[in-house]
Amino acid sequence: MLLPIRWLKDYIDTQKSGKELADGLTLSGSHVESIYSMNKGVKGVIVGKIIEIEKHPDADKLVICKIDIGREVLDIVTGATNVREGQFVPVATVGTILPGEIIIQKTNFRGVDSFGMLCSLKELGFNENVISKPMKDGIFILDKEYPLGTDIVDVLNLNDEVIEFEITPNRPDCLSILGMARETAASFELPLKEPEISFETMDNISDYIKDIDIESKNCNRYYARVVKDVVIKDSPMWIQLRLMEAGIRPINNIVDITNFVMLEFGEPLHAFDLEKISGEKIIVRQAKTDEAFISLDGESRKLNETDLVIADDKEPIAIAGVMGGLHSEVTKDTKLILIEGANFDQRSVRLTSKRLSLRTEASNRFEKGLDPNLCQIAADRVCQLIELTKSGKIVDSFIDKYKEKKEEKTISLRPERANMLLGLDINEDIMIKYLNLLGLKSVYKEGLIYTTVPTRRIDIDIEADLIEEIGRLYGFHNIESKSLIGELTRGVKPFSKTIEDEVKKTLLGIGFNEVMTYSFISPKVYDKTNIDKKSHLRDYIKILNPLGEDYSVMRTTLVPTMMDLFSRNYNKSVKSAFAFEIGNIFLPKELPIVNLPIEQKVLSIGFYGEKDFYFLKETVEKLLCKLGIKDIEYKREEENPVFHPGRTAKAFVNGIEIGTMGEVYIDVCENYDINSKVYIAELDFEKIMELCNFERKYKSLPKYPSTSRDIAVIVDEEILVGDIKSLIIKHSKGIIEDIELFDIYRGDQIPENMKSMAFSITYRSYERTLKDKEVEEIQTSIIRDLEKTFDAKLRS
Amino acid sequence: MKEKLEEIKHLAIKTIEGIKTLEELENFRIKFLGKKGELTLVLRDMGKLSKEERPIVGQIANDIRKEIEDKLSVVKMEFIKKAKKERNEKEKIDITIDTNNIMIGHRHPLLKTIDELEDLFISMGFTVVEGPEIETVKNNFDSLNSPENHPSRDLSDTFYLNDELLLRTHTSPVQIRAMKEMGVPLKVISAGRTFRFDDVDDTHSPMFHQLEGLVIGEGVSMANLIHTLDIFIKELFGKDMQTRYRPHHFPFTEPSAEVDVSCIKCRGEGCSACNFTGWSMELLGCGMVHPKVLENCGIDSEKYTGFAFGMGIDRITMVKYGITDIRLLFENDMRFLKQF
Repeated sequence: MLLPIRWLKDYIDTQKSGKELADGLTLSGSHVESIYSMNKGVKGVIVGKIIEIEKHPDADKLVICKIDIGREVLDIVTGATNVREGQFVPVATVGTILPGEIIIQKTNFRGVDSFGMLCSLKELGFNENVISKPMKDGIFILDKEYPLGTDIVDVLNLNDEVIEFEITPNRPDCLSILGMARETAASFELPLKEPEISFETMDNISDYIKDIDIESKNCNRYYARVVKDVVIKDSPMWIQLRLMEAGIRPINNIVDITNFVMLEFGEPLHAFDLEKISGEKIIVRQAKTDEAFISLDGESRKLNETDLVIADDKEPIAIAGVMGGLHSEVTKDTKLILIEGANFDQRSVRLTSKRLSLRTEASNRFEKGLDPNLCQIAADRVCQLIELTKSGKIVDSFIDKYKEKKEEKTISLRPERANMLLGLDINEDIMIKYLNLLGLKSVYKEGLIYTTVPTRRIDIDIEADLIEEIGRLYGFHNIESKSLIGELTRGVKPFSKTIEDEVKKTLLGIGFNEVMTYSFISPKVYDKTNIDKKSHLRDYIKILNPLGEDYSVMRTTLVPTMMDLFSRNYNKSVKSAFAFEIGNIFLPKELPIVNLPIEQKVLSIGFYGEKDFYFLKETVEKLLCKLGIKDIEYKREEENPVFHPGRTAKAFVNGIEIGTMGEVYIDVCENYDINSKVYIAELDFEKIMELCNFERKYKSLPKYPSTSRDIAVIVDEEILVGDIKSLIIKHSKGIIEDIELFDIYRGDQIPENMKSMAFSITYRSYERTLKDKEVEEIQTSIIRDLEKTFDAKLRS
Repeated sequence: MKEKLEEIKHLAIKTIEGIKTLEELENFRIKFLGKKGELTLVLRDMGKLSKEERPIVGQIANDIRKEIEDKLSVVKMEFIKKAKKERNEKEKIDITIDTNNIMIGHRHPLLKTIDELEDLFISMGFTVVEGPEIETVKNNFDSLNSPENHPSRDLSDTFYLNDELLLRTHTSPVQIRAMKEMGVPLKVISAGRTFRFDDVDDTHSPMFHQLEGLVIGEGVSMANLIHTLDIFIKELFGKDMQTRYRPHHFPFTEPSAEVDVSCIKCRGEGCSACNFTGWSMELLGCGMVHPKVLENCGIDSEKYTGFAFGMGIDRITMVKYGITDIRLLFENDMRFLKQF
């Protein structure tokens, strides 16, 4: 919303600068986005009069103008075609500065010296999209005579400032100059002068139109006026300048006036060429399926039954609240017009505007909800300005179809409640003063304030809304802060966060970086990561309206996003990447989804470069150990096609599966353009949370010496270290402290498909010094068992 | 005999001074002071001396022995010292060589910011709660007093899974859950992922993060809200930061305000980053919980009042670290992460 300060001053008598106004309005709740001056750097452009135009001797497209600037007459060469003798024009003489710090110099055009230039609006710093079509390509011709040599900055008031506001959706009444004037009046405690509307009339509206039928529930009010003997011309310069300053391009007097009043009152209006309307009635109805319509931007549009239209007896003549039709558009030949001031359903306008991707100044206002009582006053104001600008004669009377009249409502307010909610201690007189300043007429009676809310304030409904009004005029910034009182509370974290913190600390210490990826993924990644066609992971939840396929389903695994980030790093030549993420996966309870799904926290740990499977396994093991989770069992996982069948393990604790870790299958790496081995572990965080144990008890340090023995056996290639270790531990009798694998050997002296594994077993008792004999007994039983169970051969 | 002893001493000292290595020195020690050493041999003749002379000569002999031993030990120390010095010289290394054997992980800047914010609020007595990313329309909009035809409910603003379920567009539904599950009084915060239908560009991402706070109790006022947020902002950005509470509009609070904070770059002086206003705009939204929201959660809005606040963490993270492109937060480029 653009607020030209000069326009504001039509209703508010103030000398305050733009900055002062902006600061005050910001603090009372109108959010200022920017303040700027209309003058984009013009310095020295003056009014001149074209006294003679001569042809250029050597150039067909150029003319030489003799320009009287008061103190002298200058020769200026121009290529513009709209110059005529007698016109008053802006002249940039030699030394003048134009926007963009362009300094005008004497120039020679094919042998003729030009002592300056004539300016267009664009050259004077106006934004191209607010310049009217005829002015776009030519010199800006002034509307009347001005003293020669007058600074153009004064003629066009270029030093005026404009404040740009962001209006919150609850305040459509502020999408108008008057609305902002009311806010200004209240904020600065200044009187407001509202325009008084009056005009002369003749004939009777029934001579021109019979009736208006509202057939749809989406139109609450339709108010119409008729104007005859219309003369279409350019608007006076003051109207054009106001529109341009407020960001709207002037078109012709009638359209400009409707736009002017829309900006002034916030009520969008429309003018139809009444002679182009077929039949004697105007009908407000829903469009028919696939009904064709050409809007005044020349676009052909297909409407449907959700669109509200204004129609004659043949076809739609406007999309209600969005855009008029080309056929009934006001043109230079228009003589008779109908002025519409209507109230359309905000939801209907919003949906139509959205569906057609047609957002206009009108739809933007209607979709926020407007006061139906504005229709008449705004349409009448249009009539007044038509009369004022001698653009037509107003026909007597009007048609007003108003279904549900909106009445002012009264809300009661408890002053002590206001003080309590705001944390203030002000009396009811001050509260009433603030409310009255905002035009919310308030009286005090028996301990309560009764406030009558004008219908334009659609945002005020309950007591708390009035309290906000009091608060914002008092100024939130003036509220003295007070500390919360009440019981002392202790801040706590959920247990899951404590575990997360521990996990993060540990993994960071090992060298993994914390990453964060999107919760939604492409369904294509399920094939890309080779996830089993029958896997339940493919039962993902789809987003109805995704931003694109890449973000269209809720992830059921963190492997794809991990692969994706590795791919991105790898292809940016990052040599190695170590990453972990704690994130949710989304598992539906049923498909298609009906109930809230299960959101399950998953920990994924992965890397490429330098390290191998054992690093991943050790990471998981050390991490779990830190969380107090011991005795992890690993089972070979050969059935998961995401991973290398020989280099993947499932981890179990007490028989509960907690996750999978492994080398990502080469096909998957290829799919992600990674020419390196990638290792990923995906662990069920919820299970880890259940299993973890932070209780620690000190165990006394050993007092007795340990002794160790080595065992080396030759076994079948299929036998795993883990198998042998679990066998050894069975013979422990409580005195095996550690079993360490120190060598695996294949080759010379070892038969094919066999390997030699050498372990060092440490024995220790906490109660006594061990005797050689008891250690030897255990050693012997281990060896026998190994021979029996794994057909192992002792290697000496 | 005295003279002989003196002579031996002189000779010994002279010899010691001529010795070049630790080994020679040790050989000399054995040779000289050992059982068959010169001094010992001389002392064997002590018996020949008179009763009176014996203790005197004995004393002299002992003194000489002591003197030579001392000399030996000093020289030995010098040799050792010299040897260590030589070893140090030999062991000199190029201390400018870089290695890269130790790995250390780095935190994600955004998640780190969340943790810092959470810790700050925990220290102020807030309890951290969590909510799901997939929410009901009821919790995300209806219970929060969002008007039925509010544009934010459109398919072009919000991701839907069906008519009833969506990806939460803010962390505010956690407020609803907390009020319903925990009752009053209440002092909670919740941070997490949120989703809106925004195409990816420098400052937008369809997934972003918010942190939400809620305090409900008897007699809780706007003055308490301002006090709480002022403490938080000064802790987060520095004691010199100013705040500005501007009236604003949110469906779930009434009154509502936006909070501006002194420009983090110029700290209020005015610079190009803050458009010369001195303020970092719209860092937080806040307000007094709308009575309808309290009632929707079964809380007596006459007895209890409360305030809520929310902030975009992506933006706070970006402002804090000077990150200019939000995409960096989601790309997980190791070279980016390693800066934090």
